[in-house]
Amino acid sequence: MIALNHDPYNLIITGVGGQGNVISSRMIGNMLAAKGFQVTIGETFGASQRGGAVMSHVRISSKATLSPQIPVHQAHMVVSLEPIETLRVLESYGNPDVGVICNTRPTHPIGVISGRLSYPSTKEIKETITRLSARSWFFDATAMATEIGNPIFANIIMAGALAATKELPLDRNVFEETLKSKFPPNKVGLNLTAYDQGVGIINTDNASH
Amino acid sequence: MSLLTRDNPGETHLMMGNEAIVRGALEAGISVAAGYPGTPSSEIIETLAKISDDIYTEWSVNEKVALEVAAAASFAGLRSLAVMKQPGVNVAADFLMHLALSGVRAGMVIVAADDPGALSSVNEGETRLYAKLMEIPMLEPGNFQEARQMTCWAFELSETLHMPVLVRTVTRLSHASGNVTLGKLPKPDRKAFFQFNGDMLDPMEGPIMSPPVGIKHDSQQKKLEQAAQLFEDSPFNTYGGPESPELLIITTSICDLYSKEVVALLNLEDRVGILKIGTTWPLPAQPVLERLARTRNVLFVEEVQPFIEEAVKVLVAGSHLDLSSLTFYGKYSRHIPTAGEMTPERVTAALSTLLQLEPDPVSQDYPPRGTALPPIPPREISFCPGCPHRASFFSINTVLQLDNRQGFTCGDIGCYSMGMLPGGFFTLKTLHSMGSGSGLASGFGKLEKFGMNQPVVAVCGDSTFFHSAMPPLVNAVHNRSSFTLVVLDNSGTAMTGFQPHPGLPVDTKGDQAPPIDIEKVCRAMGATTRTCDPFDLEATQKQLLEFINGDGGVRVLILKQACALSPEKRHTRAFEVTVDPDSCLGEACGCNRICTRVFSCPGLLWDAENNQATINDVLCAGCGVCASVCPQNAIQRKELP
Repeated sequence: MIALNHDPYNLIITGVGGQGNVISSRMIGNMLAAKGFQVTIGETFGASQRGGAVMSHVRISSKATLSPQIPVHQAHMVVSLEPIETLRVLESYGNPDVGVICNTRPTHPIGVISGRLSYPSTKEIKETITRLSARSWFFDATAMATEIGNPIFANIIMAGALAATKELPLDRNVFEETLKSKFPPNKVGLNLTAYDQGVGIINTDNASH
Repeated sequence: MSLLTRDNPGETHLMMGNEAIVRGALEAGISVAAGYPGTPSSEIIETLAKISDDIYTEWSVNEKVALEVAAAASFAGLRSLAVMKQPGVNVAADFLMHLALSGVRAGMVIVAADDPGALSSVNEGETRLYAKLMEIPMLEPGNFQEARQMTCWAFELSETLHMPVLVRTVTRLSHASGNVTLGKLPKPDRKAFFQFNGDMLDPMEGPIMSPPVGIKHDSQQKKLEQAAQLFEDSPFNTYGGPESPELLIITTSICDLYSKEVVALLNLEDRVGILKIGTTWPLPAQPVLERLARTRNVLFVEEVQPFIEEAVKVLVAGSHLDLSSLTFYGKYSRHIPTAGEMTPERVTAALSTLLQLEPDPVSQDYPPRGTALPPIPPREISFCPGCPHRASFFSINTVLQLDNRQGFTCGDIGCYSMGMLPGGFFTLKTLHSMGSGSGLASGFGKLEKFGMNQPVVAVCGDSTFFHSAMPPLVNAVHNRSSFTLVVLDNSGTAMTGFQPHPGLPVDTKGDQAPPIDIEKVCRAMGATTRTCDPFDLEATQKQLLEFINGDGGVRVLILKQACALSPEKRHTRAFEVTVDPDSCLGEACGCNRICTRVFSCPGLLWDAENNQATINDVLCAGCGVCASVCPQNAIQRKELP
């Protein structure tokens, strides 16, 4: 079995209810379980999903079954579908060595829409994330996904981007097999396109650091 | 084919805790499964309905009926499963008490899913106490593999004892995923026949009932003693750590994983031992006493109630152990919090205090000093874009305000419970259990005699209506109470993922079924009824106002509009919604920014720079209701084909 950069490896996928967090974490989890790793995915869904912040803890080990919650300040990588959710996660789970992949498209909370609260500027968010992490990538995954045909593909773009960082042993063949086992044939093509675009944006260095 | 029905023993797959429970039930060869949807239990029945044509699955009208449906199968010789979230156990408790006494025939297992931390509940109820109260055995899986194994073994245990067996899971297991290695799938003989001609006390051939109570209760307790014996050498109770640990952790459920992880993280493997109990009730004496004899300090790591803590203390008090040589830490000593779910941090905190450990340097220095984070706006949960409940509560709230007699709304359980939050205009003033909104309204509606003249409104969803709002409605009509029930009919059990209910023309497997018409039922009960589309704000408000100002009695307004996430509506838009920048006057309008500040649909955005509302093209569901809210007609909607 390929050695992990860290064992256990702690990955957090975060975003807002409805962004496809759960699918993304399951795809990544399945890809790693297929390679023989022990995977635990901790997540909550239900009421918390209705426009609330959602967070999946994906934990990978070659040794033991891990708990569904990453201990505070122990994340190795944060994949975030929404900018301020990145900050929320880093505050509790970050550490000086953490990596971040961040979708730059904001989803405003109700408090911001109604004007009671304000949303930090993109510049401020990027600067803070850069300071709080060892390495970071930023791009508008929602815009890329909309171009493919549906903003929901942002979650798969993020999975592709994660694969391209080589943080985890994720490969495209396993992604394709996993897709085929989970989705109807007509959905496979677009998901592969989304995955490849995620890989592309990291490899062509178009994600602003 | 679903991996859950693969007959390849030894294969390992990533499964959700609930899927592992499904697999365990399939490996036990169940024939019938019934339940009522409730987070975090819903995926069990849902998955069974999807993957297996050999078994009968049913979304029952409520948990008590589900338990009865499953029990009938057991009585007829078929292994059966009943599934519910914790509050459902409360609903089913009356039947359960009698079932525990009468006993069962073929293996029968009740899976109860608790939600410590109330991640998706309005309570933090605890099922484990029911095992003690009902005097039935209980197992608590501590990981994904055990979720499969224990569920499967629970059927055998049930058949050995002729008792229903409780399997208690929690959100962090049911909704988490982990590696599960498959066992064998049997090919059971599924012949149903109810034997009743045998002796009254013959569990296999006699009639099945709780009397004669004295004899049955006595035999029930003997069976529990037998269960405790069987649990003595169960592989589900494990110990890891030094022979004589400085501190012994006694834990159950998913808390075992937190304990193991934290002990490893803090490098305490040489000082701390972990005794994990899987056969929680009745607590087996030997494995516990054996470990207690080799330590002086005990920490109980468990969620919600100090269940294991109390059971162990009782056990010690009646044992040969010298009580004065042991010190117990846990919920009673406040080393483990008494409310909220378990986290690695809670285990860390308890161990750090008890073993006087240095604090973790990373937690102290991160975020690094001088790195101020901008204020992060909290993400309050709210109704989805295009949700009919937002429109319904907007109307209820508007009408009660207009009426101006301090009328109020009694809430109920579903997505619409969020009517208590800002996104629901703080409309709900009471919120308790399923159907309680109608029961409370029935009571409030009788207080005119004591000077109360506030209009009373209750809300309930379509699934909740069948689950438990019908009896209070009958009560209200018969006792001449006076209130308006608004049935928020969004065509499915939306909050838990669109499970069908008796009001729909389909059954659990999606096959055709006779729908029961809510309005006709209410009319048959003697209530005055109307149906409106909540998206038609004007008509809805007019009808509500008429009901509230009417001359008493029970009135039912059905607000019918499918959930925005329902399979038939998802990804479709009825309208293209735009904001005409020339018409929107922003703060100068005098509308108090009704669209964004008041109606506050997440499909809208406030463009502070241009002092105008805009539409969020990614999130807008195209319901067009905000166009009716805008007094300037700046929000415009165009019907889409």
